[in-house]
Amino acid sequence: MNALTLERIGHAYFGQAVLADIHLEVGRGEVVALVGPSGSGKSTLIQIAAGLVDAREGRIRRGFSRQAMIFQEPNLMPWATARENIGFALRRAGVARRDRQARIEEAAWLAELEGDDLGKYPVELSGGMRQRVAIARALAVRPDFIFFDEPFTALDVALKRRMQDLVIGAAREAHFAALFITHDLMEAIRIAHRIAVLDVRGRGIAGVRALEGGTGDRNEAEIFALRQRFLETDPLFRHIHDVDERKRR
Amino acid sequence: MKLGPALSDRAGRLLDFLWSGWAGLAALSLLAAAWQAGHEAWGDFILPAPLETVGAAVGLLGDPDSLSLLLITAQRSLTGFAMAAGAGVALGLTAGYAPAVMRLARPLLTVVLGVPPIAWIVLTMMWFGTTGTTVAVAILIAATPVVFVAAAEGIATRDRELGHMAEAFGYGLLGRFLFIDLRQASRPIFPALALALGTSFKVAIMAEMLANAGGVGGALARARALLDVPQALAWVVLSVIALIVVEYGLVRPMEGELERWRRAAQPWGVKR
Ligand SMILES: Nc1ncnc2c1ncn2[C@@H]1O[C@H](COP(=O)(O)OP(=O)(O)O)[C@@H](O)[C@H]1O
Ligand SMILES: [Mg+2]
Repeated sequence: MNALTLERIGHAYFGQAVLADIHLEVGRGEVVALVGPSGSGKSTLIQIAAGLVDAREGRIRRGFSRQAMIFQEPNLMPWATARENIGFALRRAGVARRDRQARIEEAAWLAELEGDDLGKYPVELSGGMRQRVAIARALAVRPDFIFFDEPFTALDVALKRRMQDLVIGAAREAHFAALFITHDLMEAIRIAHRIAVLDVRGRGIAGVRALEGGTGDRNEAEIFALRQRFLETDPLFRHIHDVDERKRR
Repeated sequence: MKLGPALSDRAGRLLDFLWSGWAGLAALSLLAAAWQAGHEAWGDFILPAPLETVGAAVGLLGDPDSLSLLLITAQRSLTGFAMAAGAGVALGLTAGYAPAVMRLARPLLTVVLGVPPIAWIVLTMMWFGTTGTTVAVAILIAATPVVFVAAAEGIATRDRELGHMAEAFGYGLLGRFLFIDLRQASRPIFPALALALGTSFKVAIMAEMLANAGGVGGALARARALLDVPQALAWVVLSVIALIVVEYGLVRPMEGELERWRRAAQPWGVKR
C-alpha cells in the first residue's frame, strides 16, 4: 500500500473552487515534490492531505502510522524553550515521559542543533535556528510521513541549501515518506524522487516527472542542468517559469 | 531542567522583583512625605501623621476583634473574586471561540460597565438584604466583565497557526485548548485578574459600609460616625496592605512564572 493516496480531491472556499480532481500517490519512503504557482492551491491540498482541512470531495488513504508537519513559518510556541518545543508532540505520540529527553536530544542532533540552543526561547534564536527547531520537532516523533509546506521559502539561499541537505540526510537516516511543497524547482530536484506539478488553477495534477536515482544523489551541476532542461524543453514546467516572471514584475 | 540553573533563574527573577520594589518604595516615601506635610499644615484632627496611622494600623492588627473584621472582608473579597474570575474566564473563553456570543455580549457589557458599582451595591442590598451574599453578588457583577473581556480577547486574538501545528501533530480539540489556546489566553487574563482583585476589595468594603455588613467597611462606617480620622485611615492602610499582599504574593508570581519567556526577549533578559 502507498504511504499516501489522494483520489479525486476537490475543494472550495466560500463557493470558490480551489482544487478539483486531484490524484496523487506517494510511495513508502518516497519523497514527492509538489510544485505550482502561488495561489494554485498547494497549501490547501497539503492541509487536506494532513487532515487539517476536510476536503469537499474525494478520498484520502493514509498508509502511514505517524505524521509530522513542517510549515513555512516555524510555528513555535513562544513561551516554551527549544527543548520544550521539540518535545511538544511526544506526549501525543505516546512516548513515555522518561524517554522524552533522549528523543529530544536525538532529534536535535539530527537537526544539527547545539545543546546550548535547547534551553533558549524562540525569541532568542535566529530564523534559521527556529526552523531547525521546527524540523527537530517533526523528527522527534519518528514519523513515517512528513508534510512540508514551503518550509524554506523565508530563508536566504545559503541557509536554504543547508536545510535541504539536512532534510535529505534525515530522510536517509529515518526513512520517512514526504510530500514536499515548494515553488523552487531547484529545491524540488534536489530533494525529491518525483516531481508533481499542480495545474495553475488547481484543476488536477498537470503531470509528474520521475527523477533517476535517490534523494540527494544528484550533484549541483546535474541539478542545474536538469532544471534548465525542464524549463526549456518540458512544457509541463512552463507555468513555473510564468510564476518567476510574475514575481519579478 | 537541572536544579541549579532553575534555582538561579528563579533567584534572578526574585532579585529583579526586589529591584523593582525600590521604585515602589521611593514612590511610597514620596507619598509619606506629602502626607506628613499635609499633617503639619492641617493638624492632627484632619490628617494624623503617617507614623501615628501606621501605629494605629499595627495596633488594629494586634487586636483579635479587628483582625477578625479584616479577615471577614478578605474572605468575602476573595470569595467574590474567585467567583468573578471563574465566571469571567469560563464565559470569556466561550465568547472568544464564538464570535456570535461576543457580538451579543458587547452591548450588554457596555451597559453593565456603565452602571457604577455603588448602584449595584444598592440594588443587591435590596435584593439580598444586608448579608454576605450582597457583597459577593456585588463583586461578581463589578469584577466579572474585565476578566470576561480579557479572556475573550485572548482567545479571539490567538495565533491560529499554532493550533494548526498542534493539529498536524495529532492533538484534538481538548489538547489544543489545554496546551495552546489556554496558554495564549492567559497573557491578557492575568493583568485583568489583578484589576478584578482590586475591584473586589474596593467593592467589598463599599458594600460592607453601605449594607452595614461588618468587616472593614463596617469598621469604617463606625469610624465615620465617631469622626475618628486616625481609626479610618488605619483601616484604609490595612486594606491597601491586604490587597498588595494578595496581588504580589499570588497573582504577580503566577504571571511571572508564565511570562518567563518574555524576559528572554529583553536585551538584559535571562542569558544562559
Ligand atoms: N482559509 C481560506 N479561506 C478562503 N480562501 C482561502 C483560504 N486559504 C486559501 N484560500 C484561497 O485559496 C486559493 C489557494 O490558496 P493556497 O492553497 O494557499 O495556495 P498556494 O499554497 O498554492 O499559494 C487562493 O486563492 C487563496 O486565496
Ligand atoms: Mg502556500
